[in-house]
Amino acid sequence: MSSGRRLYLDGVSVVFDGFRALNNLSLIVEPGELRSVIGPNGAGKTTMMDVITGKTRPTAGTVNFGDIDLTRMDEAAIANLGIGRKFQKPTVFDALTVFENMELALKAPRGPLACLRWALTGEAKSRIEQALEETGLQERAEDLAGILSHGQRQWLEIGMLLMQDPELLLVDEPVAGMTDAETEHTAALLVRIAGKRSVVVVEHDLEFVRALGRRVTVLHEGSVLSEGSIDHVQNDQRVIEVYLGR
Amino acid sequence: MKNTLLAFLLLLAAALPARAQDAFVAALPGLAGNFNAQAEAVERLGALADPRAIPVLRALTDGRLLKRPDNTLVIREGTTTTDVLTGAATDAAGTEALRINNRVRVALRGALGRLQLVSPDPAERLAAAEAVFRTRSADNVPLLDAALARETVPRIRDRMAIALAASRLMASDPAAKLLGVEALGASASPEARAVLLEARAANPDILPQIEAAVAAIDRRLAVRRAAETFFQGLSLGSVLLLAALGLAVTFGVMGVINMAHGEFVMLGAYTTFIVQEACRGIPWLLPWSLPLSVPAAFLVAALCGAAMERGLIRHLYGRPLETLLMTFGVGMMIQQSVRLVFGAQNREVLSPPWMQGTLLLPFDIPVTQNRLWILAFSLVVLGLTVAAIRFTRFGLEMRAVTQKRAIASSMGIRTGRVDALTFAFGSGIAGIAGVALSQIDNVSPNLGTGYIIDSFLVVVFGGVGSLAGTLVGAFGLGLVNKILEPWAGAVLAKVFVLIAAMIFIQRRPRGLFAQKGRAAEA
Amino acid sequence: MSATVSPLPASRARLGLRTGLLVALLLLAAMPVLNQLPTTHPLHVSDFLVSVTGKWICYAILALSLDLAWGYAGILSLGHGAFFALGGYAMGMHLMRLIGPRGVYGHPVLPDFMVFLGYRELPWYWLGFDHFAFAMLMVVLVPGVLALVLGWLAFRSRITGVYLSIITQAMTYALMLAFFRNDMGFGGNNGFTDFKELLGQPLNTSAARSGLFYASLIALAGAFLLCSRITASKYGRVLTAIRDGENRVRFLGYNTTHHKLFAFVLSAMLAGVAGALYVPQVGIINPGEFSPANSIEAVIWVAVGGRGTLVGAILGAFTVNGLKTWLTSAAPDLWLFVLGGLFVLVTLFLPKGLIGLLKGRGA
Repeated sequence: MSSGRRLYLDGVSVVFDGFRALNNLSLIVEPGELRSVIGPNGAGKTTMMDVITGKTRPTAGTVNFGDIDLTRMDEAAIANLGIGRKFQKPTVFDALTVFENMELALKAPRGPLACLRWALTGEAKSRIEQALEETGLQERAEDLAGILSHGQRQWLEIGMLLMQDPELLLVDEPVAGMTDAETEHTAALLVRIAGKRSVVVVEHDLEFVRALGRRVTVLHEGSVLSEGSIDHVQNDQRVIEVYLGR
Repeated sequence: MKNTLLAFLLLLAAALPARAQDAFVAALPGLAGNFNAQAEAVERLGALADPRAIPVLRALTDGRLLKRPDNTLVIREGTTTTDVLTGAATDAAGTEALRINNRVRVALRGALGRLQLVSPDPAERLAAAEAVFRTRSADNVPLLDAALARETVPRIRDRMAIALAASRLMASDPAAKLLGVEALGASASPEARAVLLEARAANPDILPQIEAAVAAIDRRLAVRRAAETFFQGLSLGSVLLLAALGLAVTFGVMGVINMAHGEFVMLGAYTTFIVQEACRGIPWLLPWSLPLSVPAAFLVAALCGAAMERGLIRHLYGRPLETLLMTFGVGMMIQQSVRLVFGAQNREVLSPPWMQGTLLLPFDIPVTQNRLWILAFSLVVLGLTVAAIRFTRFGLEMRAVTQKRAIASSMGIRTGRVDALTFAFGSGIAGIAGVALSQIDNVSPNLGTGYIIDSFLVVVFGGVGSLAGTLVGAFGLGLVNKILEPWAGAVLAKVFVLIAAMIFIQRRPRGLFAQKGRAAEA
Repeated sequence: MSATVSPLPASRARLGLRTGLLVALLLLAAMPVLNQLPTTHPLHVSDFLVSVTGKWICYAILALSLDLAWGYAGILSLGHGAFFALGGYAMGMHLMRLIGPRGVYGHPVLPDFMVFLGYRELPWYWLGFDHFAFAMLMVVLVPGVLALVLGWLAFRSRITGVYLSIITQAMTYALMLAFFRNDMGFGGNNGFTDFKELLGQPLNTSAARSGLFYASLIALAGAFLLCSRITASKYGRVLTAIRDGENRVRFLGYNTTHHKLFAFVLSAMLAGVAGALYVPQVGIINPGEFSPANSIEAVIWVAVGGRGTLVGAILGAFTVNGLKTWLTSAAPDLWLFVLGGLFVLVTLFLPKGLIGLLKGRGA
């Protein structure tokens, strides 16, 4: 198991114009853990990610990574702490090639001058090529990201996440638009990653969550409704009422 | 019972002037005497505060006062002559013109000057009050007292009261002096303040009272200055509001950045000019050309706006930077077209009579009528805009389309038509702003350029998408501008406002009346 | 996905561009030499053409700087004319100091306008401008610091898009109003003129004119190489990524404020250099250079040429200004229609500009 830091959310609330997107949410993700988060639309899954990655400031509550208070940091600083995020809608840089997208994500000094002086070393190159292979994009390395299919964009985004070498991965709906085979491949990849790193997966697809086979947190109306194994939550009466029963 | 009371009042009324008239009649024969008697009579008449003395003394000055052999007087007016006492026309036969020497002439000048205080002409009375105030002599006190008792026009009364107080300050009697100081201290006049400051050296005995009076005036002057600044700020704010309202619709509601907005304002101003020229042939219509221009300018600008939206802007939705550049180019072409058609020089748009002149609010705050009209007009336009958006079918469709285009479309709203109408509406308001601006600014092809940056600042400052924000933004910027002006100068004040607005936008990028939440992030 | 572009035509196009650029550079470099030929010679280039080309070269540097900010980093500055003008004013101050006692009033130190306005001594911010090196430092430092302050405030508050454009426009507008004031100590609405010499060379000689021409040409080449290096580096790709999805770049751990600031400040400095080279060639600098219309005109050069291509910016600056010079004498009433029309044409029909047109035909 990893000796990394744990993600600790306690009593987090986010209020937009009177609407409570998160309501006293508490969640702990241990180092190396793979956690699935499910919940109906508007349950606060994406807002939770926004709070962890610094996009949204919580109205109240504590968000810590190890002993670092994330609520005081901006997105870039949080990313540099080792928290990577894959968005629900894949957002890759269309005007750059697949390889360049990967290179941009590769863990390296991020300052303007460092980027100016950057030269692609053999080691960096082999790391990128490794990620290209892992995501099945070797053939398309020199193509502009703008011409990739939706599934390929998903893979590119996952690849970029790997390039960042994060300690904690936040993955929002990774298998939307993927074939069954790809979905399986993704599940295997995430399971492999976990252990060295912590992974939080937000997903709609219960089969995928089952395939991951780890601890599941169910969100509803901005707070935790139920937590446990997939079988546990699937048999929880409240979960059935608000989510599965529909 | 009623009748006796009435009779008594009538008697009383008749008795008051009667005493003065007696003195007037008694003094007249002196004018027919030798130079010494003449001078003495002139002085007496001058001190009477009786307006009937004015034509007599004028006639004497001009050599038109004649005496009959029985020493009664007649005045020659061109070819006719009238009796001084009865005012009836008389025969000039046997009369002899009265001659005067320099001493009498000097006395006449003084007496006439003082007598103007009771002249039937208010302008003359006002001028006389000013003159007496400037000369400041204790001798004038009784005269001013008498004139003040007769005076009915408030403004002239105020001036006379100050003149009286200033004259009292010159008296030797300390009690009279204190009365003067007190009266001056009750005014809000910079001149009174100057008189008091000057009197400090000569009157060490009543120094504390003088200082207190000066302080009282200073307080009132500060209030007046503040009120003046406030009104100027409101006036500038109303202009900004008019210029920015259309932008609040096109930019704030639709999110279309229209750099040709200023040119639509300019087109409105030129429409006003055209309507005015068209009305010249019909004299009774001319005073109403300005109200007529309002719908005309709205239509012209709205049509241009609709054409621009359908023809050009709609191809660039979702690309704000390109829209900005494209509309700037269109503005350039509109400006050049107007320059070629109407020439580069300013066109004159007249103010109708009912908009001219200056109003004096309490504390002597001068307010030009046309600015007051524009202030009221801007609020009316704001009210109509709000009403159009809130309470009409069009407003409902407009809000629906801007909030959830796809859903609105699926509910059968023709979004393209609504876009065109909304843009035309915003542009039309710009045209209306042009009508108002034609009254206070030069109608020239680059009229709009001066307003575009300010208008954007107003909209951004107030919060995009909020008309209440636009209102507060416009008056806020207007007031801040005018408050800064006295100590920074007009240009630097503008620079400061721009810098302040920039810093403000940076602190609250979504404006005073920001929309919060997820919707705002999109 | 058959749109895969094989690398061959792209590199061939790049090669063609390089050759074209080199030829253009050589042609430009030959102009002052051809100017020396007798006027009857068929290859003679007129004084007017040389001087106007010198101006265009400065505009091309401005266009390059704007392309770096807009075409790559996505910062549409409508106030780059202010950086250009500030560089010009810094150079103008140096040239004014070099006039020395040769002014109309013959004051040993004070420029004419200061004598006229009743100044007793040089304002503190004029000190040091008699040294060439100091003045040149200010040429880049003053625009750079302004861009740093403005950019830091704006980028940190995440002001982007049209909001940023309007703020930059307000900035140049405010500066214009300020420089129109006599008591600013910059000559009010007359600005600076009647320059005598630079680096010991009288400005009215043809040697000085060619010197300035070559200096501008070298600066343009240098600016182009610098911008090429930058945009070809990983930093250039970070800028492009910021332009297309700033939020996403932040989540990759890049502090986009720093990156944009770096590009914006560098761009402002380049614009300052352009202004500094421009002023001795046209012989005057006044607050009109700050007018918002100037800045937005520079944006259209870049748009016409094709933004995000560097070559396009240069091409656009020469094309639009060539058109302007020709039209303002041939049909002055028409020019603003053409310029306005260019804005519409380019945004609606030619989003990639002339370069896009050329490349499109090549493919």
